[in-house]
Amino acid sequence: MLGVVTANNGFFFLIMWELMSLISYFLVVFDSKKSKSIQAGTIYIIMTHIGTTFITAAILMLFNYSNSFDFIALQNAAELIPSGTKNLIFLFLLVGFGTKAGIVPLHIWLPYAHPQAPSHISSIMSGVMIKTAIYGLLRFVFIILGINALWWGVLVIILAAISCIVGVVYALIEHDIKKLLAYHSVENIGIILLGIGASMIFLKMNIPSLAILALIAGLYHLINHAIFKSLLFLCAGSIYKATGSLDIEKLGGLIKKMPYTTACFLIGAMAISALPPLNGFVSEWLTLQALFLGALNSSGFLRVFLGIAAASLALTGGLAAACFVKAFGITFLSLSRSKKAEEAVEVPFSMKFSMVFLSILAVLFGLLASPIVKYLSHLSQYIANIHLNTSFALNNFTLIIQSKNPIYLSTPLILLLFLLIITIAYFIIHKTLRSNKVATNKTWDCGYYNLTPRCEYTATGFSKPFRLAFSFFLLPQTKTEKVKDSFYHTTSFKHEVSTIPLFNKYIYDPILDLIMKTAKITRKLQSGSINVYIAYIFATILLLIIFMGKF
Amino acid sequence: MKPVIIIVQALILILISLLISGIIRKIKDNLKMRKGASIFQPYYNFLKLLSKDEIISENSSWIFKITPFIVLAAAITATCLIPLFGTGFSLNNMGDIFTLIFILALGRFFLSLAGLDTASTFSGMGSSREMFISSLVEPVALLALFVVALNSGSTNLSLIAGVFNFKLSSLVAVIALFMVTISETSRIPIDNHETHLELTMVHEAMLLEYSGRSLAMLELATHIKQMVFFSLIAIILSPLIILPSFSLYQILFTIAFFLLKILIIGAFIALVEISIAKMRLFRVVDFLGFAFVLSLTALIIQTWGM
Repeated sequence: MLGVVTANNGFFFLIMWELMSLISYFLVVFDSKKSKSIQAGTIYIIMTHIGTTFITAAILMLFNYSNSFDFIALQNAAELIPSGTKNLIFLFLLVGFGTKAGIVPLHIWLPYAHPQAPSHISSIMSGVMIKTAIYGLLRFVFIILGINALWWGVLVIILAAISCIVGVVYALIEHDIKKLLAYHSVENIGIILLGIGASMIFLKMNIPSLAILALIAGLYHLINHAIFKSLLFLCAGSIYKATGSLDIEKLGGLIKKMPYTTACFLIGAMAISALPPLNGFVSEWLTLQALFLGALNSSGFLRVFLGIAAASLALTGGLAAACFVKAFGITFLSLSRSKKAEEAVEVPFSMKFSMVFLSILAVLFGLLASPIVKYLSHLSQYIANIHLNTSFALNNFTLIIQSKNPIYLSTPLILLLFLLIITIAYFIIHKTLRSNKVATNKTWDCGYYNLTPRCEYTATGFSKPFRLAFSFFLLPQTKTEKVKDSFYHTTSFKHEVSTIPLFNKYIYDPILDLIMKTAKITRKLQSGSINVYIAYIFATILLLIIFMGKF
Repeated sequence: MKPVIIIVQALILILISLLISGIIRKIKDNLKMRKGASIFQPYYNFLKLLSKDEIISENSSWIFKITPFIVLAAAITATCLIPLFGTGFSLNNMGDIFTLIFILALGRFFLSLAGLDTASTFSGMGSSREMFISSLVEPVALLALFVVALNSGSTNLSLIAGVFNFKLSSLVAVIALFMVTISETSRIPIDNHETHLELTMVHEAMLLEYSGRSLAMLELATHIKQMVFFSLIAIILSPLIILPSFSLYQILFTIAFFLLKILIIGAFIALVEISIAKMRLFRVVDFLGFAFVLSLTALIIQTWGM
């Protein structure tokens, strides 16, 4: 991974890229006794190679003009490339890096591969490895190729918005905690690309300050996602270690048994749901501002388009919050739903330490927004090759976005105000008023007084409204079976709810079918008789001799 | 001077918020040919709850205990963003109109968690529905505010309050925002404040296990949140009067004018509430879908003139 980002040469970049993909394949199939792992690994390696093929093709096309693999030489040669070829190279790069990043519809490997690896590996894969794809995109499109047309940015934003919503909707109906997190990676890559795509549009429109702002937003979210997604995966690892299960329907009540993991997961969940004053909020706010100011400075369709992009980001935020209320609420709160969850104990210090460390980072990256934005501003100016005089930080605590009317954001102030109000309320409630009695008693269950974990709301129940509202997309199916012991008497019901993975069914399965069919046809060539093979070789040589003069 | 004004106006908004709820209720009751409770009933309820003992579920955890504080803090922080006395006098250094949405989302997040915390089926159902509705509300609210902000040239609330916004696009956006307000304040076509029936269990269901002072705080937060949305609409529809000086007369006049606007909005909400029946949960999708189309229309109108 480090090799990928330090390579200064297209050739080495490709080698390192391939190396990274191959090594991570072995990490996915680490637990190779499970057939699921092998299957996930196979899907992963096929998809990642399709991606690599496209990247290789794009770099070779660039090489055609530069005759050198050096990044600087490639950059210099980019001016010579005709516009049509540039567009083609861009599309190839987008497909190539998009596969690695997991943008829809190239995301299908991600929810299989990431959960199969051990938790700390998934945290690196989901938190860091998919970011190398963003790095590649920035390196090749921003620095080497240069933005050629407005539709590049528009295309990136459309794909990003689709990735956001599709990722989060699939996450909502997913009850395996690691798969849920993997789908959230698809969503967050979408948010990052919203910033980057907006930046591409503004660069082309020649509004440098906005292009930098959008790029800062994208990069900020990239860092934030690395922090909170690693944090959440580590928490998932702790849960797995303590209970042996990742299915949230079998968990519950962990808040009393694993206080540290709970607190860390809560911080991660709040950060990923973009709640102030944590880090996810700052970057989503910046993205929204970039889209808003972009709309303010553009007209016609582009303005409406940016407005819709902002709305899709808001929808994503709302759905993500719902998803993490589900994930946190069902996993940690109320009563334990299985014996294993009841017997869970907190993880050892080494695991606690890394989780607490990342939680502190998530909080700090929210509160120290100004210095971080200042730093990212320099970085973005280097990437976009622009020098900008305006600053995005008013002081160390307040962000400012300068336009005609400045807009401010201060996360420390929000936190301060919150703490102040909570303290005042606490003193009024508990100190100044006459003390009252606080008793602990059973939850109201309509007078039945036998509340069991089976009475609790389940994750499936929680996500049911979403499953029905998005049914046009999720295609939910229910199956009810009666288990009978005689013709008249039904002992129990079996009820199954499932959804059809749209992309697998309508895009990948037909392609796979086609490949299998062609393979069957070509198999006829292979008769097994050595005479026939010699005939093939002979025919090939003949053909080559005939066509030799032509090339 | 400025911090004092911000604190004073936040306190005024908090105090008035209970009264507005009382008045809406009174209007509704009178329209139903009932006598109705006094308009000060929300205050009595609040004081009554403060003096009551509290019962906490044995299944719950610290999330359940801190939630009332966080929800209340979120609501009050949101009020601090709203200017009442003139354009410069809100905490606009803290954030803008988008921040306001995110801050309210924080309160909702914790309230839904608290709903799941007690292991009660009802409150879990409430949490699920609340998150479902709010996640659909969020894009509508954002897009409507986006259009309003485009008209004013900034998302800074002080500036939005200072610009005369009476344009067609803003008006259409305000209708969408009004629909958002109905669902965010759990009013009738979406939800119902006044019952604990299973059918209407959204907001009230989450509060089911709360009692005593915690419930008092949560109800206060609900009133304040309603006030925040009403004030937003009031600010967008008609700009604030900028005070030339701080004479007592001027201040009273500003407050009276503001109250009048809020009352008109409140009366309108009451009218909507008594004339529409409660919707099925999955009809809410259509309701909010319509609101989204409205705000999109507003954006289109805003883009191509008008």
